[in-house]
Amino acid sequence: MIGLRHQAAAIARRDLLSEMRSGEVLWVIAPFAAIALLLIPLGIGTDVPTLRRIGPGLYWAVVLLFGILVALRQSADNAGPQRDRLAMLGADPAAVLAGRAAAAAVLLIALEVVLLPVMLALYDAPIAGWGWLLALVPLVGAALAMLGTLVSAVTGPSATRPALVPLLVAPLAIPILLAATQALEGLRLGESILTWLLLLLTVNLALAVTGVLVARPLQEAG
Amino acid sequence: MSAPVVSLRALGVDLGRTPVLRDLDLEVAPGEAVGISGANGSGKTTLLRVAATLLTPTTGTAEVLGVDVTSDARFDVRPTIGFIGHTPSLFPHLTLAENTSFAAELLGATISDVSSALAQVGLSAASSRRADHCSFGMQRRAEFATLLLAPPRLLLFDEAQAGLDSGAVELVDHLLKDVVARGGGAIVVSHQRAHGGLPLDRTLELDNGNLEVAA
Repeated sequence: MIGLRHQAAAIARRDLLSEMRSGEVLWVIAPFAAIALLLIPLGIGTDVPTLRRIGPGLYWAVVLLFGILVALRQSADNAGPQRDRLAMLGADPAAVLAGRAAAAAVLLIALEVVLLPVMLALYDAPIAGWGWLLALVPLVGAALAMLGTLVSAVTGPSATRPALVPLLVAPLAIPILLAATQALEGLRLGESILTWLLLLLTVNLALAVTGVLVARPLQEAG
Repeated sequence: MSAPVVSLRALGVDLGRTPVLRDLDLEVAPGEAVGISGANGSGKTTLLRVAATLLTPTTGTAEVLGVDVTSDARFDVRPTIGFIGHTPSLFPHLTLAENTSFAAELLGATISDVSSALAQVGLSAASSRRADHCSFGMQRRAEFATLLLAPPRLLLFDEAQAGLDSGAVELVDHLLKDVVARGGGAIVVSHQRAHGGLPLDRTLELDNGNLEVAA
């Protein structure tokens, strides 16, 4: 038997390989998210100062909404027989959650990186302090990935999953969305975003601890 | 006398509100292979899932390889149980070799074990083919390869021979004989009473949620 970290790494690699082959996130979800960012200013036809003000909020809302699709994709790939296979191979439930969350984080960070220049160009929202993005983007990606993975484990392979995942993720993501939006707005205005980064770090830690504590009961309940 | 490989006492399992198994007793001794037949919906798969520690009893007790299936120790015993369900469990977007390598990594086996296992089940040439591009029989053979990476102490087959060619049926035969020779145990469930001539020590019939000696 191998250790928890090694198991989680193997599961994350498997998830990413699966995604590379199916291309659902990068070739289906990301283009649709970019189109959503493009359509909003066209639809509301607002002026540049307003676009600048709403840009960061819309960017994170789009990341959140399409992040839910990443969580849904994960739960579809975690159906009965494959779930049993992982269990019978001795994968610790905590490692399964951690591996899935790590893979989802990589995909969400890629989504954020692809969408950020789109938002900056369409909403004319110049950013000061680019270095902060190196902390902000991974923290938001990791938090949304952990939340999505946890919620997708809670709903399991049930028929009501597609309705339950967004209903559960959206309210729980409010602190993440708030911190991310305020941080990006702070960067636009040249203010310190340390408080918001600390909030995101706290949310990440809380989700990680919750994941470890509930992993076994969640797997067995599924 | 050695402890039984599987011991189910007064076992009852409800799925939702439906009672599937009722007051069932079963003991599988070391070195014994047991066949269980029954009609569709008689609870064969449910029984096998309890033995695989994937399902906990509603009433009664279940011990597998000396471990209570409701205890945390079930997580440790699972890699020593070879469970082949009636639906292939490979990850569809991965190749047969990648699926087997992933299993090897979790089980602590080596890459050379993977090549050897795939060769033994006759999949060397098809190892780079994606699982969702393979036939049912090929996916089954790849699952058998996983059993060769870390030989189990308990083998559980759900409809072992369904959809398999004669070569694959020989593999099932070989796997059963091997686990029995090593002092392990096996349970094979099927809707066919004859179990296709597999080397079984006794056969039972599941009827109305309980076991009877097969006629």
